[in-house]
Amino acid sequence: MAINVIKEKCKGCSLCVKSCPFSAITLENKLAFIGTGCTGCGVCVEKCPFDAIVKTEEEREEKDLSAYKGVWVFAEQREGKIMPVVIELLGEGKKLATEVGCELCAVLCGFEISGLVDELFEYGADKVYLADALELKNYTTDGYTKVIYEAITEYKPEIVLLGATHIGRDLGPCLAVKCNTGLTADCTKLEIDPEDKKIKQTRPAFGGNLMATIVCPNHRPQMSTVRPGVMTIAEQVVGRKGEVVALNPVFEEGDIRTKVLNIVKTIKDSVSLTDAEIIVAGGMGLGKPEGFEILKQLADKLGGVIAASRAAVDAGWIDHAYQVGQTGTTVKPKVYIACGISGAIQHVAGMQNAEQIIAINTSENAPIFEVADYGMVGDLYQVIPTIIEEIDK
Amino acid sequence: MKILVCVKQVPDTNEVKIDPVKGTLIRDGVPSILNPDDANALEAALSYKDDNPDTVVAVITMGPPQSNYMLRECMAMGADEAYLLSDRVFGGADTCATSTTIAAGIKKVEGVDVIFAGRQAIDGDTAQVGPQVAQRLGMPVVTYVQDIKLLESKAIVQRQMEDGYEEIEVKTPCLLTAVKELNEPRYMSIGGIMEAYDKKIIVWNHEDVELSPKDCGLNASPTQVFRSFTPPAKGKGEMFSGSVQEMSTTLIQRLKEKHYL
Ligand SMILES: Cc1cc2nc3c(=O)[nH]c(=O)nc-3n(C[C@H](O)[C@H](O)[C@H](O)COP(=O)(O)OP(=O)(O)OC[C@H]3O[C@@H](n4cnc5c(N)ncnc54)[C@H](O)[C@@H]3O)c2cc1C
Ligand SMILES: Nc1ncnc2c1ncn2[C@@H]1O[C@H](COP(=O)(O)O)[C@@H](O)[C@H]1O
Repeated sequence: MAINVIKEKCKGCSLCVKSCPFSAITLENKLAFIGTGCTGCGVCVEKCPFDAIVKTEEEREEKDLSAYKGVWVFAEQREGKIMPVVIELLGEGKKLATEVGCELCAVLCGFEISGLVDELFEYGADKVYLADALELKNYTTDGYTKVIYEAITEYKPEIVLLGATHIGRDLGPCLAVKCNTGLTADCTKLEIDPEDKKIKQTRPAFGGNLMATIVCPNHRPQMSTVRPGVMTIAEQVVGRKGEVVALNPVFEEGDIRTKVLNIVKTIKDSVSLTDAEIIVAGGMGLGKPEGFEILKQLADKLGGVIAASRAAVDAGWIDHAYQVGQTGTTVKPKVYIACGISGAIQHVAGMQNAEQIIAINTSENAPIFEVADYGMVGDLYQVIPTIIEEIDK
Repeated sequence: MKILVCVKQVPDTNEVKIDPVKGTLIRDGVPSILNPDDANALEAALSYKDDNPDTVVAVITMGPPQSNYMLRECMAMGADEAYLLSDRVFGGADTCATSTTIAAGIKKVEGVDVIFAGRQAIDGDTAQVGPQVAQRLGMPVVTYVQDIKLLESKAIVQRQMEDGYEEIEVKTPCLLTAVKELNEPRYMSIGGIMEAYDKKIIVWNHEDVELSPKDCGLNASPTQVFRSFTPPAKGKGEMFSGSVQEMSTTLIQRLKEKHYL
């Protein structure tokens, strides 16, 4: 256990008990006792006024990690289109690669997708590992895990980044187990430690109430899934070229144990939430599903799209694909207008990075106002039509 | 048919508040609950049992001894068997180590045909344990499942995507991770609560599941928490005053000044 209590110093003040995000500390005989729930996060170490709690690093065998080189980005494509998060990862990956002093590579899987290679070069990849096979046409956990795992074993990247999409969050954990390494989920910030060149990965936990910075010191590759819509996109350099490395995967009967029978789209808007510059979002305050029509009018006027809180989705007023938040989509528009949304932490987690947040709510105490740049206390059914009129003026 | 559900006891993060002065988590009085997605996973197993009464529903968790309250709750909802993996050496596990322990526990539970888990636990929000357990057991996995049809030696499921869903056929045994949209979890029944106290919870430590301490908990976790902190609060912005008309005018003015319009 890496967190220990120095019994002589502990005064039994219980500050650590209250501070532990994992409820892992109890008082036993008036002394702090670190229970099995401890994750070694170290919050208690900082909180203890008596320096009675210490974090000790365990002695580990030094492994030779020097064979692992390069930053890899999983170039997720769907139906022959590179996902927007890939361009963000290439932007972030370039920064990391420059700091480490290595090359930036992309791993591209699919069928008849070699045409996408140039796009990856233009956005900064020095090298593209390309697996082009019929079996990889649609994403399958088994198919993609096999190909990328084999590539990691052969070419030994130091860092592997995947978008925290529904595909990345499926593939990442499987790859990490096969490679016997760690994976940090849904990161919102990545940095290279200037001293040891290892990556520090920061992510929200507890529904956004707490941030944790995670390291993976003794295993390679260091892997993260990165939340879409958070990193800055790579700059495009038209005509930039790089090297293609073909992966030539061989599949045997039984390698892929799932079959995609059908792909159904339920979101009809042409603009997706992650790309939208202006979002007009509605929550329970709409009172009825028809409320989204007035939001749509405003969104159309502003050239934006509509979105929703989870409560509105749960009420069956709108499809889940429109949900913003921790269990929905993370968005980073220029303007986010929250209408009749209380501002629960799980919702705020998905929209707090908007450039301008505007909140319309009947209750002046709604938490949404704490994160809003502009707040309007009022009934959205009166406020929105007036705003629409104002725009028309 | 035996369905095993991976469940976890978590603090209700809805009730977690931040102390605005000290910037720390206020944990006083925060209740522990069955992780919401796991309740959906359990419901899927129980509703299959409703239609197929010879089904056995088992739940498994890795956690401190207090997790038995949650296991009783699962049994009060209708689960038949409960397994608790509890040992000091399991502590401090990241998802990699957690999945090793759970997989070792599952190997010891006999006759499992299908495994359900939640998509993600609300304390860590990683969504990694489900697929990692499947990997370790050598089973196929489908994550983000919003509809399940269990058939002879296979399942047809809907996998939620950002813009819709995929219909997927998967061979059983397999592991499926449930999202909220899958169903509406039932409540505990009075009869169920009474029965739950007569049912036995089987508790296993690292020796029972044949793991050496070096393969468990913090020792077997490639990732480490370097530091944790509460996110800096964004300052409150400008509250408009006046009539609806005046507020709207000010808003449009501001947006124009900043060239958003
Ligand atoms: C594990 C977990 C994950 C979650 N993930 C998400 C997520 O991804 N996204 C998400 O959004 N939520 C999520 N939630 C739910 C979240 O906690 C809240 O329950 C939800 O965001 C509340 O939605 P709401 O603001 O629309 O509804 P409410 O909280 O009911 O708020 C309605 C608001 O509308 C105001 N109002 C009422 N009438 C009017 C009117 N006429 N005009 C203007 N204002 C009006 C009210 O004052 C109130 O503030 C999650 C919860 C959990 C436990
Ligand atoms: N300690 C645990 N015991 C049992 N199941 C767990 C445990 N941790 C995670 N799980 C399962 O894995 C899912 C994903 O958890 P996580 O990866 O922590 O988000 C949960 O919804 C549970 O079904």
